[in-house]
Amino acid sequence: MTTQSSEQASGFSLGSLIRRPETGSLIGFIVVYVFFAILGGAVFLGAPGWSSWLNIAAEVGIIALPVGLLMISGEFDMSVGSVVPASSMMAAVLSGHYELPALVGILGGLGVGLLVGFVNGLIVTRTTIPSLIATIGMMFAVMGLTLGLAVLVKGSTSVSYVPDATSKQLLGTFIGGMFNVSIFWWVGFVAIYFFVLHLSPLGSWIFAIGGDRESARNAGIPTNKLTITLFMASGFGAAFVGIAQVMTYQAAQVAGGQSFIFNSIMCVVIGGVLLTGGAGSVIGILLGTMTFAVVNQGIFFASLDPNVGSIIIGALLLAAVLSNDTFRALAMNYATKKK
Amino acid sequence: MSDTPVIELRNVDKSFGPIDVLHEISLKVKAGEVLCLLGDNGAGKSTLIKTLAGVHAPTRGEVLVDGEPVKFSGPKDAQNRGIATVHQFGGTYPLMSVGRNFFMGEEPTKGFGPFKVFDRKTANKIAVEEVQKMGITRITDGDRLVGGLSGGERQSLAIARAVYFGARVLILDEPTAALGVKQAAHVLRIVNEAKKRGLAVIFITHQVMHAMTVGDHFAVLIRGAIAADFRKGEKSREEITDLMAGGQNMADLEASIEGYMETHDGHPPKVSAD
Repeated sequence: MTTQSSEQASGFSLGSLIRRPETGSLIGFIVVYVFFAILGGAVFLGAPGWSSWLNIAAEVGIIALPVGLLMISGEFDMSVGSVVPASSMMAAVLSGHYELPALVGILGGLGVGLLVGFVNGLIVTRTTIPSLIATIGMMFAVMGLTLGLAVLVKGSTSVSYVPDATSKQLLGTFIGGMFNVSIFWWVGFVAIYFFVLHLSPLGSWIFAIGGDRESARNAGIPTNKLTITLFMASGFGAAFVGIAQVMTYQAAQVAGGQSFIFNSIMCVVIGGVLLTGGAGSVIGILLGTMTFAVVNQGIFFASLDPNVGSIIIGALLLAAVLSNDTFRALAMNYATKKK
Repeated sequence: MSDTPVIELRNVDKSFGPIDVLHEISLKVKAGEVLCLLGDNGAGKSTLIKTLAGVHAPTRGEVLVDGEPVKFSGPKDAQNRGIATVHQFGGTYPLMSVGRNFFMGEEPTKGFGPFKVFDRKTANKIAVEEVQKMGITRITDGDRLVGGLSGGERQSLAIARAVYFGARVLILDEPTAALGVKQAAHVLRIVNEAKKRGLAVIFITHQVMHAMTVGDHFAVLIRGAIAADFRKGEKSREEITDLMAGGQNMADLEASIEGYMETHDGHPPKVSAD
């Protein structure tokens, strides 16, 4: 994947390279990867290393993509943290406890994500509540409902589910015993989101909403509909990960999705998405996710204290925001200097 | 060119709940004519623009397009009838390219079915051509970020965009307010260009000088009502300024400042010195 993005960049002149929003994140990824490659040695460079960080990247990445698109459109989604366990619980209750076909469980789980996203979108577009607060509220509400459902149905906070072979194969298996099948789903999602954001006209609209919502509405863009759709996409992403988890681990826990909230935002920001909206790219989010996952897993291969990993991620986040600002300023100046 | 106004308001009132914002507004603009709407802050200019642009529906009275009464269902509906609004900050997105800005909401596509792809090359080419036709020759690269353009260029881009998409009525909301002298002159030239092409222009401003440069017809808005309605050459700059300020005070104030400046090497008076 690294070669793919560097190939893409090499076709352009230096000027247009600087203008691309993902340049900063590409440099960040290379630096971090080289750093851990030196410390981690052959194991990190081989299949075990790649599989360990790709597995992490795929899980976070599937959520980070829509969260990133939402951020480009100027909104946050904190509720993903409780949609992940909620959807795996829903799938486990439907298909595990009630022994309905796997498809019903999967659709039920995805439905939870879409519904939460829809409600998020409604709250954000119909009221003046900022999305940060609205989705934190939703996060707690969904967390409570998930716990309530599990206790009501099963009387415990964990529901087990043994999926049939096909579902397991598609959503929760490890290829070659190492690479989680989610990686392929992630690549698929990257392709879809790349198409939506950078190739289809819809992408322009998403940037426009984040850049200037009022003007976007005046230009005739259905801003509210698009915002609701994006929230539903992020709910869908989180629900997808929840289902992949229940298929992989064969049990659904009430808690355990909280790490996705900050991790997904971190991937997106490291990937060069502007916190206030209006700028960012799918390739950037992809690189940000890879950077995050390399640091996250590289720590173990480099046999460093795990706490060091948190420090590195923290520093990386700050460096990313700083460098992204610099690159953005460069992009503008480059344009003016040309005359 | 026909004598029917392209857009006309007849006795339009607009109130938000108990608050009346516009009273009995009647105005009309013909093709190839510039109507200047003058008014101080809070005079109801924004509400009037939004009513013209289909954002608000009038509480009473009617809006006529080409002499026929219409009810806009929303901004998009007004746009489809050829009414385009360009706002103070141009409705442009600084971190997007010239081409994407130009075609926002009306993207050219290639491909078919669900795989329609934004046609960047065509978009950039048309955008640059159209902007250059309006006299902005400095824009040559459609991939350039709009944030790198000057305020006047951004305004001009937005106006060129509206003209390209078949606007017949151009509503310009304070296009020169935040601009320097040269930039403002640039925008005024483009207003003239639009007028020459037969567009009806509604030019909202509180800078009387700018209004006098391009306007054929003037309306002064005070507290939501039209306080004066006159044609080019019927009133002097001072008279208009006074009208906008709602009294004689403005002229006195200006005269005293100018008098002071003449005797003090062009420095304005210090407020605390009195």
